[in-house]
Amino acid sequence: MTNLTGGYLDTASSEPLHPAARETLLAALDQGYGDPRRLHGTGRSARLLLDNARAVVAECLGVRPAEVTFTASGTDAVHRGLLGLLAARSRVGRQSLVSAVEHSSVFHALRWAGVPLGTLPVDRTGRVDPMSAGARAEELPGPLAVAAVQHANHEVGTVQPVAEIAAALGEAPLFVDACASAGRLALPEGWSALAASAHKWGGPAGAGVLVVRKGVRWESPFPADDRGDERASGFENVPAALSAAAALQAVTAEADEVARRQHALIARVRETVAATIPDVEVVGAPEERLPHLVTFSCLYVDGEALVTELDRLGFGVASGSACTASTLTPSHVLEAMGALSHGNVRLSLRRDTTEEEVDRLLATLPGVVAELRSRVGMG
Amino acid sequence: MTPALELDCRGQRCPLPIIELARRIGEVGVGEVVAVAATDVAARLDVQAWCRMRGQEYVGEEPAEDGVPRYLVRRLA
Repeated sequence: MTNLTGGYLDTASSEPLHPAARETLLAALDQGYGDPRRLHGTGRSARLLLDNARAVVAECLGVRPAEVTFTASGTDAVHRGLLGLLAARSRVGRQSLVSAVEHSSVFHALRWAGVPLGTLPVDRTGRVDPMSAGARAEELPGPLAVAAVQHANHEVGTVQPVAEIAAALGEAPLFVDACASAGRLALPEGWSALAASAHKWGGPAGAGVLVVRKGVRWESPFPADDRGDERASGFENVPAALSAAAALQAVTAEADEVARRQHALIARVRETVAATIPDVEVVGAPEERLPHLVTFSCLYVDGEALVTELDRLGFGVASGSACTASTLTPSHVLEAMGALSHGNVRLSLRRDTTEEEVDRLLATLPGVVAELRSRVGMG
Repeated sequence: MTPALELDCRGQRCPLPIIELARRIGEVGVGEVVAVAATDVAARLDVQAWCRMRGQEYVGEEPAEDGVPRYLVRRLA
């Protein structure tokens, strides 16, 4: 069989569908179309599939089934999780505190809610210091309503010390965006609500997961819906939920082995890029990081040209450079870390990315960078 | 501050202001300052990163007469 995904190194944007997810999705499309609230056989069948999906996801994430809600996307799970915690704290306080490297959906949700937004700075590796997070919370002009710290960064891979940050922040509920890490790393401790995204672990797009811990106060920030789960709205995408669960089960079973292999491949990329390309900055924590992801920036190189040239040579990669963003501003993550923003490339491996593929890229990169530099007279 | 050399990079998109800075810093003596006037917002971040990577000193930022930020770099080597 032809390898359709060879050279695709952008799984942090979207992982190819896992074979287990594909099989389940096709079967569930035929069997899971009914309304899970109806009492007829078709409805009961859909309800069974949905409950099964919830139970599998809960088991993989190490939480209770009743804590799991399927949402329309990871972004939707972030919005619902974060804003629901905030709504339940409206009488306590209105101040929020988030790490400077959160996904933009976190910032957008809090701005939409109109709450004062405090920022937790990060060091050069993109890590929040728990001690200074605690100090920052104490300096706030009012009581902290909600805090948000991601588990791992989607652009540079750095893993946050979530449990220590939670302890330092005290009583306020902590929202954790685990979209980049779910299915790859064991989840941290100390959070109240958490978001994940199925197409980042090989499930279908259009399926997110919101987890709200038992005993945590959560109020819907959006119009009520009379469906079964008060934390979601609209008709459940039962086939997508089941397929997402099947993919998560499959990747969880192989997570340790895949992570070990990917971690070593990325370590090789980090070393080789630094050794073979002059004037390059490899970004993010070298060890406490996602297993499959690395970011680096090359001086004097146009990020858009680099992505385009690598695509022409058969490699699909992402970039946080200003010229590749719709806004023409550099990635706020790179900015918060003080990293070079132009000539930026993010590689994120598939579960089946081979050593040969990585080696081919590593052999190709120095020439591509040299060629782009020589075009602007910097070669 | 009056720099020894002022580079007008208004309207240039990244990484052109950084390329201009790298090309022309040799025109000033060691210890002297180059100013990069740039409208590109990425320059604020990238001039500082360039200084760190190339062993030069980032002095700071001040507005030009037209309000465009000028990033000041002291040549150390």
